[in-house]
Amino acid sequence: MAYPPEFKYTKEHEWLAVDGATGTIGITDYAQNSLGDIVFVELPKVGAQLVAGKTFGTVESVKAVSDLFAPASGTVTEVNDGLTTSPEKVNSDPHSAWMVKITLANPAEVDALLSAADYEKFIADEQ
Amino acid sequence: MSSNTKSAVVRRTALNSAHRQLGARMVDFNGWDMPVEYPSNATRKIGGLIAEHMAVRTSVGLFDVSHMGDIRLHGPQALQAVQYITFNDASQLAVGQAQYSAMLYPTGTFVDDVIVHCLGENDYLLVINAGTRQKDVDWVRNAAKDFECAVEDLSDSYTQIAIQGPNGWRTLQKLTDADLSKVKFYWFTHGTVCGLPNTLIARTGYTAEDGFEIYIPGDEATSTRVWNELLAAGEEFGILPCGLGARNTLRLEGSLSLYGHEISDTITPLEAHLERFLKMDKGEFIGRAALVSQKERGIQNILIGLESMERGIPRDGYKVTDPQGRGIGYVTSGSPAPFLKKNIALAYVPLEYASEGTVLGVEIRSQIVKCKVVPTPFYKRPRPARNTQ
Repeated sequence: MAYPPEFKYTKEHEWLAVDGATGTIGITDYAQNSLGDIVFVELPKVGAQLVAGKTFGTVESVKAVSDLFAPASGTVTEVNDGLTTSPEKVNSDPHSAWMVKITLANPAEVDALLSAADYEKFIADEQ
Repeated sequence: MSSNTKSAVVRRTALNSAHRQLGARMVDFNGWDMPVEYPSNATRKIGGLIAEHMAVRTSVGLFDVSHMGDIRLHGPQALQAVQYITFNDASQLAVGQAQYSAMLYPTGTFVDDVIVHCLGENDYLLVINAGTRQKDVDWVRNAAKDFECAVEDLSDSYTQIAIQGPNGWRTLQKLTDADLSKVKFYWFTHGTVCGLPNTLIARTGYTAEDGFEIYIPGDEATSTRVWNELLAAGEEFGILPCGLGARNTLRLEGSLSLYGHEISDTITPLEAHLERFLKMDKGEFIGRAALVSQKERGIQNILIGLESMERGIPRDGYKVTDPQGRGIGYVTSGSPAPFLKKNIALAYVPLEYASEGTVLGVEIRSQIVKCKVVPTPFYKRPRPARNTQ
């Protein structure tokens, strides 16, 4: 699966799409693929504060529990509640199945994230 | 997302390349490089742990279980030796019959659980776990040394393949001259499989489903050929290659013990709910005295089944609490159950909390999730396979 060039990526395998002051966060195809069948997603509530590099939720496959790490700091404005009942969407369409939207607290943090090309190089080394 | 670390030195089964060719995701399991699942890909549209689990419950799945060990005991006192080192009664076995059993320490706790096969008079095959292989072989050699009986470690001689699920027999029957309808559950026969004469074909498994396990020569060429012929034979039934992930969820639904989890060197069969396999009256065996005295004293903790009543998945090692949130025990194995579509766990708790319907808690990321005590096994296959006589 292609990694959208307009997204930014973390080494913990989250993606961040930036639209003005809004950041949308999900996990990458590589992440869903290594987790396997995702059965449980636990997300913060609207209004929660995310801190770049800190955990903000949990995603579980049948066999594994994995923390979600915030790619950037900000306040949660929207939560994708649909993932509670259909967590498998993260497997089938990881780059559309977003988890939370935030108002970016510090847009400069985005510059520190990986580009699609750098991320693809990073996961090639991990494999 | 956090990522896993990889370990350096691992052993491979003869089917390692076959797994990689199928696009398996490999993991280090007790020092073995094994497939954990076979995700769907361009050539195999259906795959992954849940699909593999469902294939075994509803049709057929194929497992490489060559990492399991095999110990043969034969000689004039082989039966006496097996009786002394295992807790079930091997004298009840007819030739061609197998039984679930275990080896215990003098403390009554587990060395390992085993399947004992009676190959002939005073000729037994013990199938043991991968993670405990060397320990088991050393243990058996030492424990059997006073008996007139040879102990052979055949672990590296065989590739062991499990064909599991209600269509397991239909799949295997296409490749063997043995009449599988004559082989009852926990019995075995010998027959030609994929042209290999005198192959051991056992109606055993670790999935709580009907199925077979075959033992074939351990070279890569033969192993790969048989593996591929089985996949081809099962194609009409939608066979899937299955990894250790599905193996674990299948055995957990069936409440089958896993060494290092439900059973270990600190747990006895009385605690592990395995009394039905424990034959105290058969005569002396290692661990018996400790169990007699534990029976007199009574046990404190016992293995129970739990089912989540709220959102949350109990996992191995999580703390079990009383309704007030005080720690009383721990989860030995916990997971979503793909067929039952529930979150289930096996756990040790004090006896007073073990009765069915008791509401307990499991601490999941510092929150207490309500779970209730339910009967085990969680899953029981609906009826014996139709071709069994």
